[in-house]
Amino acid sequence: MASRNISVSETSRPKLPRHTKLKFDETRQVWVILAPERVLAPDEIAVEVLHLCDGVRSVAEMVDQLAEKYAAPREAIATDVIAMLQDLADKGFLTEARESTA
Amino acid sequence: MSDTLADNKTTTAGPTDGLAVLEQTRSAAETHGIPLAVLLEITHRCPLQCPYCSNPVELDRGSTELTTEEWKKVLSELAELGVLQVHFSGGEPTARKDIVELVQHATDVGLYSNLITSAVLLTKDKLSALADAGLSHVQISFQGNEPMVADRVAGLKDAHRKKLEVAKWTRELDMPLTVNAVMHRQNLHQLPDIIQMAVDLDADRLEVANVQYYGWALKNRAALMPTVEQIEETSRIVEEAQVRLKGTLAIDYVVPDYYALRPKKCMGGWGRQFFNISPAGKVLPCHAAESITGLEFLSVRSNHSIAWIWQNSEAFNRYRGTGWMPEPCKSCEFREVDYGGCRCQAFALTGDAGNTDPACALSPRHEEIFKQAERESAGSQNRFLYRNFAGGTLETDQHQGERQEKPHGA
Repeated sequence: MASRNISVSETSRPKLPRHTKLKFDETRQVWVILAPERVLAPDEIAVEVLHLCDGVRSVAEMVDQLAEKYAAPREAIATDVIAMLQDLADKGFLTEARESTA
Repeated sequence: MSDTLADNKTTTAGPTDGLAVLEQTRSAAETHGIPLAVLLEITHRCPLQCPYCSNPVELDRGSTELTTEEWKKVLSELAELGVLQVHFSGGEPTARKDIVELVQHATDVGLYSNLITSAVLLTKDKLSALADAGLSHVQISFQGNEPMVADRVAGLKDAHRKKLEVAKWTRELDMPLTVNAVMHRQNLHQLPDIIQMAVDLDADRLEVANVQYYGWALKNRAALMPTVEQIEETSRIVEEAQVRLKGTLAIDYVVPDYYALRPKKCMGGWGRQFFNISPAGKVLPCHAAESITGLEFLSVRSNHSIAWIWQNSEAFNRYRGTGWMPEPCKSCEFREVDYGGCRCQAFALTGDAGNTDPACALSPRHEEIFKQAERESAGSQNRFLYRNFAGGTLETDQHQGERQEKPHGA
């Protein structure tokens, strides 16, 4: 079961819950997030970040990757990415990969 | 009327018009793109008899319902059009034996599906089959937080217990759960407990939806209309809970528009971002639209495509945009904010769907209608007219006697 109230940090390994779907909308030519009774239109950067949210990568790794790609200060990227992911998490559109209990 | 009420808006409206996120980024003048979500009322049959049912008073009989193949064709056509989500609703959508097949087809053609259900017909196996078929979200209606009030409002014994059970299964199957609580004078006192119930059920979302008064609810207005004080208290409770439960439970709140100064932007504007399909296949601008006489609504069984009906049919164009508006809407600065309110309500209360919605303080009928509602809210007429195919059945004394407490003492 998806955990709620997650606090996104650099060590988080976020992923989209099963019921939240990132999809390219062919009709409108935009990426959308489909969630219960919601359609969100993430901006380009958000889409890029969401594609990295596979439950394996940590936020720190995503930030490293983006900082390198855009040759931008790591700190600024980290702040933006965490804020964006936290916002999605608060709305219930993002969850964290659970440690395997096996 | 207090300032707090005047400031209230429907943060997100019900299942029907809460999907405007993409549209909100566009100009209001850009009118009718393809809706993001479509409401499919696949049957009007329902084991519940809620006196505020949003179905029309003239219900579609089972024999007129679209067949499985017809619904599948509709789903394929919607996906092709660019619709992203469908809401399987009713009546009770699981009263149709082909519900799993229809959800599977929605998934196959790439649609995101929501189930809006009373839950009382669901078994664990059926729910599990729906999840396997790709169902992404379950919304269960609740009529109260305990059986005494809830089963009486639903007009069905044991309904509440069953709903709790299905809600639990929903979460066990890892599907997101929305608790839909329809509120009115006779259950508003339970709101804090309903909020707690939603938390205990591990729901993701709670819709606190005050009854909207058309169709069945209009017939039952005297028994359902809350007092202004109740609504003020409700707003306080909801606002407090929204802050307290941030990140745990999202709460959407719909105020009854009788107590607002501005009308609601019903359906996001007629024919602007929403349509629904009735059990018999009519493509409608709103689930109550058939209550407006004199408009001809085309069916998916006609020779026209859904896209054609949406874009070109007379019924959709009749109240689209702002060109149809009379005064005071015509010159009103809010005309593209609320699009004149609700056409069905204007028709039901004034006899002309082209009038300003009387919920608006600028309507010449507002004062009179608000006063009447206020009188009704303070009255003691608590007997329900239950919704059914026979045009409604009045609640018996036996039903009423089952209540333990005076329900609108809150």
